[in-house]
Amino acid sequence: MTERAWRNWYLVPYGIWLVLFVIAPIVFLLYESFLDIDGHWTVANYEKVLTPIYLKMMAYSFWYAFLITLVSLLIGYPTAYWLTKTRHKQLWLLLLILPMWVNLLLKVYAFLGLFGTYGLANALLQTLGVGPRQLLFTDFSFVFVSVYIFIPFMVLPIFNALEELPPSLIDAARDLGASAWTTFRRVVFPLTLGGVKAGCQAVFIPALSLFMITRLVAGNRVITLGTAIEQHFLVTQDWGMGATIAVVLMAAMAVIVVLTGTGRKEGSR
Amino acid sequence: MKRLVQGFAAVFIAAFVLMFITHRLNEAEGYGGGKTVTVYNWGDYIDPALIREFEKETGWKVIYQTFDSNEAMMAKIAQGGATFDVAVPSDYAISKMIEENLLLPLDHDKLPNLQYIEPRFLNLPFDPHNRYSVPYFWGTVGIVYNREMLGGKTITSWNDLWDPDLRNQILLVDGAREVMGMALNSLGYSLNDTNKAHLQEAKRKLDRLMPNVKAIVGDEIKLLLANEEAAIGVVWSGDAAEIISENDKLDYVVPKEGSNLWFDNMVIPKTAKNIEGAHAFINFMLDPKHAAQNAEYVGYSTPNKKALAYLPKDIAGDRRFYPDLDSAGHLEVYENLGKRMLAYYNELFLEFKMQQK
Repeated sequence: MTERAWRNWYLVPYGIWLVLFVIAPIVFLLYESFLDIDGHWTVANYEKVLTPIYLKMMAYSFWYAFLITLVSLLIGYPTAYWLTKTRHKQLWLLLLILPMWVNLLLKVYAFLGLFGTYGLANALLQTLGVGPRQLLFTDFSFVFVSVYIFIPFMVLPIFNALEELPPSLIDAARDLGASAWTTFRRVVFPLTLGGVKAGCQAVFIPALSLFMITRLVAGNRVITLGTAIEQHFLVTQDWGMGATIAVVLMAAMAVIVVLTGTGRKEGSR
Repeated sequence: MKRLVQGFAAVFIAAFVLMFITHRLNEAEGYGGGKTVTVYNWGDYIDPALIREFEKETGWKVIYQTFDSNEAMMAKIAQGGATFDVAVPSDYAISKMIEENLLLPLDHDKLPNLQYIEPRFLNLPFDPHNRYSVPYFWGTVGIVYNREMLGGKTITSWNDLWDPDLRNQILLVDGAREVMGMALNSLGYSLNDTNKAHLQEAKRKLDRLMPNVKAIVGDEIKLLLANEEAAIGVVWSGDAAEIISENDKLDYVVPKEGSNLWFDNMVIPKTAKNIEGAHAFINFMLDPKHAAQNAEYVGYSTPNKKALAYLPKDIAGDRRFYPDLDSAGHLEVYENLGKRMLAYYNELFLEFKMQQK
């Protein structure tokens, strides 16, 4: 066998994986989305997705995912930038990643206590003289907790991009008379755009179909498409409708990925 | 590369050693070898001491697993795969499981303790002649309220919840049938109503309740009410008993317009391997002393007539949790409304949840 033929054999495990766990589920999902609750062929599910209630839900999902991504970026970029400048990089990185080792549900439950009427956050507000506020079951707490959970996924790619940036480029910019701000705006930021895009995708896409946090922290006051999918599959057992929403979500994500690019072609190199 | 291989090897060895230890421990304790009974029950729904006692008395070992919704439980049993010898579904789920051939018929000769069950809890519409199920617990859906936070105001009816003074004070349980049922009852309709005009009317009424609703939550409702996060909660009676035992400012009422009467029954699913052990377990739980001990621990109401004698007077005589069912004719059991109707209930409930304040 030629070397080339051997190389094709290496693709077999990946090919099997791809067919079984990527293509087949998507085909099933598509198939299921054309079935009604009694298992008959229909396009009614897609008609239903276009009714105001689901469109509104979609709008909310995108709006909250956007907010979560934006806040993560605004906090994440300076954090990553600062991380590259510190002396004990590995230690700080570890501290950033450490919360990811704790079970997600546990972290979310902790916020139930922290944000409660008699919780730590309100006690703090009280001593500051702001007085108790309702924190739990608000948009604020939903975005806050989501950002808390997703922020490592934003910081890490940006940090890597900044690390790869040759310091000589910054020196060159400064030598040629650029101010610190101009250097950042014209040199550092464009060259780390790949990391920013990767981070935004890593946050935005899972944020779009969040469901557990919407119930626990937002008390179902925030309803996203993730909530609807969960309900259709587990409670209503209307798998067709659940599958349809999932298909629509996937299509939306595909569009976003195409629009933002994969982050490799432009920007970084 | 070398460190990567070492890392993988370490994880592999750790997993293997843990599995080996588990296997040995299980063997040492008598699990495995067909001597086990796998019980599939709701979380926090049995006195663990009873499991130990059952194991000691009968020699069977119990593997105890839990679920958090009838739907999740049914999906797992329908798939087959895992072995469950005893399960504890609710009324409407039982009729659905009978329809879908997911249950094995019970052998009443092996359940002599069935005689202690209050006759009114037997031969119910969801399982005529108890061919497939025997009662485990029963209860109602009602309102828990905090007397102190309401400043002495008492709650007696569903319609009291629409009081504008209660702004942002109500927690609802995240269940379509419970919340829609509450609205239907408040309008004087049956909570099994299938008239779409009535259901639409109930949904519009719920929309008007939204300013008073603080959140729609799951099991954490117990924690939130006990911590006085809100003054009012719509909950199942047993959850109410548990919350009240933690915070004595709370009280429970079954609203006068009517409410849901529900049953959780023990069944033997078709996934059962140890049918004899399953019967032994069910019969053990039907024993009046065991039923009383369990009721005292869990807080739900026991259907076991003889067990009431073993319960402390303040539990057995508590009309909130053991209402006089003759005068409480307004309590209804959920009927299996069919997939389509259930989907419609859920759609309206989802629309209600979508309402912003």
